[in-house]
Amino acid sequence: MAENRNVILSAKDVEVKFRVRDNYLTAIRNVSLDLFEGETFAIVGESGSGKSVFTKTFTGMLESNGVVSNGSVMFHGKDLTKLKTDKDWEGIRGAKISTIFQDPMTSLNPIRTIGSQITEVIEKHQGVSKTEAKAQAIELMERVGIQNAADRFDEYPFQYSGGMRQRIVIAIALSCHPEILICDEPTTALDVTIQAQIIGLIRDLQKELKFTTLYITHDLGVVANVANRVGVMYGGQIIEYGTVEEVFFDSRHPYTWALLSSLPQLGVKGQDLYYITGTPPSLYNEIKGDAFAPRNEHALKIDFEQEPPFFKVSDTHYAKTWLLDPRAPKLEKPEIIRDLHEKIKMMTDKGGAFHVE
Amino acid sequence: MSNENTDREVILSIRHVDISFDTGHKKKFVAVKDANFDIYKGETFALVGESGSGKTTLGRAILRINPCSAGEILFEGKRISGKISREEDRNVVRNIQMIFQDPAASLNERATIEYCVSEGLYNFHLYKDEEERIAKVDKALEDVGLLPEHKSRYPHEFSGGQRQRVGIARAMIMDPKFIVADEPISALDVSIRAQVLNLMNKLKAEKNLTYLFIAHDLSVVRFIADRIAVIHLGEIVEIADSEALFKYPLHPYTISLLSAVPMPDPIVERTRRHIVYDPSKLDQSGEKREMREIRPGHFVFCTNKEFAEYREKIDQMERELGQSNP
Repeated sequence: MAENRNVILSAKDVEVKFRVRDNYLTAIRNVSLDLFEGETFAIVGESGSGKSVFTKTFTGMLESNGVVSNGSVMFHGKDLTKLKTDKDWEGIRGAKISTIFQDPMTSLNPIRTIGSQITEVIEKHQGVSKTEAKAQAIELMERVGIQNAADRFDEYPFQYSGGMRQRIVIAIALSCHPEILICDEPTTALDVTIQAQIIGLIRDLQKELKFTTLYITHDLGVVANVANRVGVMYGGQIIEYGTVEEVFFDSRHPYTWALLSSLPQLGVKGQDLYYITGTPPSLYNEIKGDAFAPRNEHALKIDFEQEPPFFKVSDTHYAKTWLLDPRAPKLEKPEIIRDLHEKIKMMTDKGGAFHVE
Repeated sequence: MSNENTDREVILSIRHVDISFDTGHKKKFVAVKDANFDIYKGETFALVGESGSGKTTLGRAILRINPCSAGEILFEGKRISGKISREEDRNVVRNIQMIFQDPAASLNERATIEYCVSEGLYNFHLYKDEEERIAKVDKALEDVGLLPEHKSRYPHEFSGGQRQRVGIARAMIMDPKFIVADEPISALDVSIRAQVLNLMNKLKAEKNLTYLFIAHDLSVVRFIADRIAVIHLGEIVEIADSEALFKYPLHPYTISLLSAVPMPDPIVERTRRHIVYDPSKLDQSGEKREMREIRPGHFVFCTNKEFAEYREKIDQMERELGQSNP
């Protein structure tokens, strides 16, 4: 089914290196991703897995010591990795591909009014007059749920709560009708109830404005809520991807298993929570074999020697683990996540811990 | 359950505490209003609320960082809020320690781990000689799963989870009785959260500690807390045993918080409804609300009329659940 859909952005074998003092650090190792028009794709991984760095190549926002050393990112027939100057990026960054960052306080300028920060973008990209820009800005503010938008137009970011600031950041990101909206941990700095509102807002706007959303998050609960498809990142690579159901209920990579197993929702009081031993690999050194092997209790001998290719699980589901090789021993996923749906359903059904009415 | 509770030893009492801040105007900002509860020895008491609800302010008041503007705080039966003698003040500092949210921000980046962990010992001269100090530091590091050779390193050389272990070691070395853990895992990755939570549980059992665990995430609290207080805009709205709070949440704000926890299941999430807390739906008669006990140990902040409604609701829930799982 996925093949019939339009690919809006196609990253192929992307490799990103950073120069740190005299060393090179490989943050992204040959990652490919096709983004389909209108879908919500979520990239999930721990800090340092490269999820932010990877998507920064789509908007040319890598830190100055970083460089795309291999691969391509095709968008409307253009290879984005070839763009160099800010001028080249004009018309794409902020216009066709917008980003919402984690902390709304750092995305906004604290000493300028909310209104001026929205109109600036509209004037710049759409070349409309000041009054027209203001009218559009107020309409946008209303659309993202700011009450009394006209009155609050001249207020400063500190006069807004965290959730409202993030709404403003969303308004700015959407002011140029982007085709792709990258949400980089958009709710991590917010409270749970505000998180639910912001996620709902992004979903409603997506339905209305028909943009493609790329979520970056470490929270599997958020992923389950927003995503159509999911990619799991580890050590600078996507190691498993598929539809959201496939990744949650039929995951194949031991790292995905480990990530799901360490969900606090699955913890049983009086018992230890599951956790992943060891630390993520150092990206300064060349990684041999499967990056997760040293922390993987199920690791095979070959995991330490040779990097696994992607094995096909279904038309939409692929995983990069030797366990899927026909010669590999049969291994079932850990008990704790075997009946994930039944377990969570019990928790949210009547009498369960997270049941509400 | 209530009989058990009354038998249990109270270690810390918060008695009708108000905490207010000067705003520069005539009107003061009241961050915590009439907080009133006991914490029992050996339990993990969780204080759950959103940012700005006053949960950290209350935690800091216990450590004498924020003064109470009304009410008092008792530790082991002795008042520790307001003016107390220097000796008693030192006693509080020694016995009540804090674990902070962001280990990167709470450790001195120019000091070695050895210094960070020893700081309390230096201040209180809790060692006879260098040898004993070093032995204590080694033991504290070992307790949290770090190695003696980490002593000479600096905080930036550690991962987030390791740094939080240093933060815990620093608190534990004082041999405290009570720990205020202010969002100790919010800044950490999912897989590392589990390690730190397990460690905190282990240390609690080994050292017979009592925790006040301040958090905003109910999914974590369910795993670690014995009792939970939900705080909203400075007012505690519900207190109950952890199990009872999840099974029979009564206050609409508690229900809203529960409904906002995202569940890691796409099928469940599709139909899950987020309930927005709307205070205007509460009883608007103007009657003063107070904490009322609905079931033994289960308190809700409500008026008389609401009390009757909650009672009816919990009766009904108990009947239904009793039928479905006999």
